[in-house]
Amino acid sequence: MTRMAATRDGYGQALLELAENKRVVVLEADLGKSTKSLHFRKEHPERTISCGIGEQNMLLVAAGMASSGYIPFASTFAIFTERAFEQMRNGVARPNLAVHLCGSHGGTHTGTDGSSAQSIEDLAIYRTLPNVTVLHPCDDVSTRLLTKQLAKSDKPSYMRTARNKTPVLYDDVDEHTIQIGKGIELRKGNDVAIIACGVLVSEALKAADELGKKGIQATVIDMHTIKPLDTDLIDRVAARCGTIVTAEDHSVIGGLGGAVAEHLSASSGTPLERVGVKDRFGESGQANEMLELMELSSPHIVKAAQRAIQRK
Amino acid sequence: MSVSVTDLEELARRCRIEIVKMVYRAQAGHPGGSLSEIDLMAALYSASLRTRPDEPDWDDRDRFILSKGHASPGMYALLAEMGFIQHEDLHSYRVLGGICQGHVDMKWCPGVDFSAGSLGMGLSFGMGCALAARLDGSKRRAFVMLGDGEIQEGSIWEAAMAAAHHELGNLKVILDRNRIQNDDFCQQQMRMFDIPAKWKAFGWNVKEIDGHNMEEIIEGIQFLDDSNEGPSILIAHTVKGKGVSYMEDNPSFHGAAPNDEQYALAMKELGAIE
Repeated sequence: MTRMAATRDGYGQALLELAENKRVVVLEADLGKSTKSLHFRKEHPERTISCGIGEQNMLLVAAGMASSGYIPFASTFAIFTERAFEQMRNGVARPNLAVHLCGSHGGTHTGTDGSSAQSIEDLAIYRTLPNVTVLHPCDDVSTRLLTKQLAKSDKPSYMRTARNKTPVLYDDVDEHTIQIGKGIELRKGNDVAIIACGVLVSEALKAADELGKKGIQATVIDMHTIKPLDTDLIDRVAARCGTIVTAEDHSVIGGLGGAVAEHLSASSGTPLERVGVKDRFGESGQANEMLELMELSSPHIVKAAQRAIQRK
Repeated sequence: MSVSVTDLEELARRCRIEIVKMVYRAQAGHPGGSLSEIDLMAALYSASLRTRPDEPDWDDRDRFILSKGHASPGMYALLAEMGFIQHEDLHSYRVLGGICQGHVDMKWCPGVDFSAGSLGMGLSFGMGCALAARLDGSKRRAFVMLGDGEIQEGSIWEAAMAAAHHELGNLKVILDRNRIQNDDFCQQQMRMFDIPAKWKAFGWNVKEIDGHNMEEIIEGIQFLDDSNEGPSILIAHTVKGKGVSYMEDNPSFHGAAPNDEQYALAMKELGAIE
């Protein structure tokens, strides 16, 4: 039986494990219970800064602490990080201060809170900022490992985590295979490559199973790092498979699909089909209902793969 | 305090000359707010701020955050006077590759602790510096210079509330109350009513002074030095463009350079030429 877990729990666990480094501090904007920084707060209240419901202030308090030698991890909902975008741009990215911003509850998978809480543009906007690493891991294990790697980075970052549980893929993995900037090839096939991130990685694996029944062998990649993009891996699978599908719980504009399209258009010109939110807002619904409504679930990835193969 | 009023006034006068020169050479920039803030900054750097000009990144220095980062000529002039940068560097103001960027930038200029340019950000950053100092068990402090128009930014009040909540006695603000912002007088753009009462209501220690009277400024800085129970703000009533007759209290010189004739008059009024 596959273990199910939410990536935000991996974030909370990583903060606890990072606490032995006394330079690590945690900043909250009244959503620590949701983003899972609360575990750190309970154990280390003296290194946890409550910023109230004030995201703009939180980002720059973190910047000030980073400039004084601390390693700040600030979190709130993905959607609310966006109101502090200019603080992230001018106060964090521009001076290249290693503030680590985590946006939880990203994507339409967030569910019944509805469209106001479903960030579908966060990966796109943070990807435009120089110096900023952008991550969107798919399970709690990789979230934990990548968060711990961030503490050693000298650059700012944005990481999206998800509210709801998805299948855990990396319980038995060698930890060294999960590295910032390195996509992970989960399935190897020669007919089509599916490059996915976050909650859609497990959907991509299901799609590969379905494709296999139809005699189509699909490669599946967990592209947990959106920036810097693992273009070497993309080039390899583009050459081998000749056609590509991207899958993300994010707008088709500017996220993983956008990043891959930018790369392919400037290199091999390999055909690309993008599975993502089609330039629209979400609504209230269960996580699985949202993936269906937004045409993000595995049957839609299967169809996209078939279209991609026809375009070879 | 060991510095004399006369010396501080002379330091500020020399800075004013450099401010006008920088803006004149660049034919761009912000003279008004530089001239209003400079008496305060000259006194702060001379009488209170613990820094090492030959070691600008000294970990335990007091931080100075010019949140109204457009008023950079004032800061550059003072950094040159204090020995953080050379007077020749002032010629790089707004020049490609120059350390004196249009708005003060910590990645470009020694002695600059914050990359400003977007209003409303410096107070939050200063709060982070103050929290870090407290966690370190250090006596270093964070000073933040705010403009009065700047406090129309909502995030200033997020920071004001948070700094009082966290009882940051090592966070000190100077408000340059020059009553003019980019487009017009503050009174026209956005009335701010009782500014001292607002800060008091947010839990801050508050003192008001005449920001061009050096004796009052010294008293005001002493107030900041002595107030260690919660954050403190010195509200300094100033005149935008102070020291240059046609710039004084004139919204046109928030962000405009003098022409040749105006430049010559400014140099004469500031005693740069006979």
